[in-house]
Amino acid sequence: MTARSVQSLSGALKLLFNNRLTMPPPARYGGRHTVTLIPGDGIGPELSKHVCELFRFCCVPVDFEVVNVDSTKDSEDDINNAIMAIRRNGVALKGNIETNHNLPPSYKSRNNLLRTTLDLYANVMHCQSLPGVRSRQTNIDIIIIRENTEGEYSSLEHENVPGVVECLKIITRTKSLRIADYAFKTARAQGRRRVTAVHKANIMKLADGLFLDCCKEVASGYPEITFDSMIVDNTTMQLVSRPQQFDVMVMPNLYGNVVSNVCAGLVGGPGLVPGANYGTDYAVFETGTRNTGKSIANSNTANPTAMLLASCLLLDHLKLHAYASMLRRAILCTITETRLHTADLGGHGSTSEVVRSIMNAVQSTGPRTLGI
Amino acid sequence: MAAHSAVLSMSKIFNPFWGGRFGNTVKVFGTTLTSHRNRSSRNGDNIPPPAKYGGRHTVTLIPGDGIGPDLLNHVREVFRFSCVPVDFEVVHVNSADESEDDINNAIMAIRRNGVALKGNIETIHTMAPSVKSRNNLLRTNLDLYANVMHCQSLPAVQTRHKNIDIMIIRENTEGEYSSLEHESVPGVVECLKIITRTNSLRIADYAFKLAREKGRSRVTAVHKANIMKLGDGLFLQCCREVASGYPDITFDSMIVDNTTMQLVSKPQQFDVMVMPNLYGNVVSNVCAGLVGGPGLVPGANYGLNYAVFETATRNTGKSIAGKNIANPTAMLLAGCMMLDHLKLYDYATMIRNAILSTMNETRLHTADIGGQGTTSEVVQSIMRNIQSKGPLISER
Repeated sequence: MTARSVQSLSGALKLLFNNRLTMPPPARYGGRHTVTLIPGDGIGPELSKHVCELFRFCCVPVDFEVVNVDSTKDSEDDINNAIMAIRRNGVALKGNIETNHNLPPSYKSRNNLLRTTLDLYANVMHCQSLPGVRSRQTNIDIIIIRENTEGEYSSLEHENVPGVVECLKIITRTKSLRIADYAFKTARAQGRRRVTAVHKANIMKLADGLFLDCCKEVASGYPEITFDSMIVDNTTMQLVSRPQQFDVMVMPNLYGNVVSNVCAGLVGGPGLVPGANYGTDYAVFETGTRNTGKSIANSNTANPTAMLLASCLLLDHLKLHAYASMLRRAILCTITETRLHTADLGGHGSTSEVVRSIMNAVQSTGPRTLGI
Repeated sequence: MAAHSAVLSMSKIFNPFWGGRFGNTVKVFGTTLTSHRNRSSRNGDNIPPPAKYGGRHTVTLIPGDGIGPDLLNHVREVFRFSCVPVDFEVVHVNSADESEDDINNAIMAIRRNGVALKGNIETIHTMAPSVKSRNNLLRTNLDLYANVMHCQSLPAVQTRHKNIDIMIIRENTEGEYSSLEHESVPGVVECLKIITRTNSLRIADYAFKLAREKGRSRVTAVHKANIMKLGDGLFLQCCREVASGYPDITFDSMIVDNTTMQLVSKPQQFDVMVMPNLYGNVVSNVCAGLVGGPGLVPGANYGLNYAVFETATRNTGKSIAGKNIANPTAMLLAGCMMLDHLKLYDYATMIRNAILSTMNETRLHTADIGGQGTTSEVVQSIMRNIQSKGPLISER
């Protein structure tokens, strides 16, 4: 894959190939890929089932290795098995694993463990306004790149004096440089013109100051891309009034959490946006806002779009671009038919109806499929 | 604990009296109208009476940077025009100065007067990290532990969401804003976020008291306890403890990312929200954006002995300084909150009503809410409204 041939590719493909230059090739035996599937809790299992159903229907050459992680257990065996499976396969699709608040603080968040152990340092979420979805803001097209492994999510807390808790937020130079580099590479690969760093360096001068310095350093190597920075409170206010001004945003972990949820809310809710976690060797795909959805589990009302679009991102990562575009087209076609919205978008459709409609859309475009 | 229960029992005595008499006079902006009257009467033995000599109050005024000086001049103009019995003691704080003398003078002045009105003091990023944020220093030294922001949809302002009425109570002194950072190993920075039981109980108590006084039915605690189990877990636990003493108020909690998403899609579901410092910053800015922007919402910082009023989103507004396009509404409403605190309710109501009538004229909206008016036009219109209502005013 020469540099010139990479340049001639378009948009998302460029992004993938840039990653693929350093990542090991996908595990592919007999032309079929093996992908780890972690159903998770809440709506995770049913949505994962729909993904499997859809893939089977479209004859996608992907086999899922299902690894269940029990969130009620105290031992870390389950999540370690899952991590081992992902190391084996290189790619995973996961639902959110619930973190029960009533368990003792020594019980770490399973999702967090997965991200830090596999060093999935970049969380990428692409928020785009969809034409068929009613939302208060239109023409939003923001890529949010969030540092995924350090920051406030280090789970380092202690109580030296009873009643006084100290939480450590760690910012390191290496990781900040890495995420900034990823952000600028992505911006360049996708032809984006502006990267905004979100921070709170007026208060956390050393920590966010370091992050900002690293971003500025990396920015100097990409002269065609404008770099600016904005304080997180101003950013959230601007997002609510004028989100069209943002292009690519890069930020540490906690601000990334808040900003990505605000953007997801702006384009139509948690049921629409897929998210991807990239590391140097592994990639894990999930819904953008990582909701467990306990209250709507097993009621056939969850919106499958986010999980299905995440699986399309997965297919792109595995270089099965034809299948990915086919599925994506079918999903977007279903969304723009307004009467087939699920409850979270203001419609009355059920999950299975939406999936059925997607299958119909796929079948009508003519590829080889199994019977419905 | 004894003091705590004494205050609670006093509240049971005073609340029905005050609540019944003034409950139905709450207008659109009648935010802390009932609350602080109740507070000072209830904690009468804790907060010193306002400094009032010859019938006139003295209030510290800190102009700050950016649009602060202009807007505070307008506040003074309006107060002078309406013959409000308040004298301002102006204390300048130079944000480019590394020494802390200026801010210490300001703090001393506030200790003297008990009340202040301030613009935002800029924190210059290029200065050494040892130069702490002046605003932060002020808040922590005076122990202004509660930041209260009341976001209400205004009828005359065009926004995407309607019928928003949220009170945000934010812990103002600890949390992520402790300014405790160190670099033990080069390239690795550790930033400490401190959550203490006493401060969390205090802010939760404040939130529930305020909710009860204002007749609110629901308090939501915003946290991230699934990740920061000890820190935010402690905060949540303190809120739950305090909630058990207020059975008439529903208490629930929500994780901060879900909260921001709900705020953007369905903000009408929220009533009173209480949270630690950083989430408070983000959530209050989101709410300010939802009701029309940073130029409309006033904020108040309350401590046991002092109160400082400012705009809610603490913007310096450097890019629009000196151009006569800033929206004076937030600062003027902050001035009204200050008048309420000083128990000058009639003046506060008069100025508030004038501001509301001016807001109804869309041609007088400033650029941030989509109009073309200038700051001075808006202020002139407010003064005209005050004049037309007929009270005693000074010559223009």
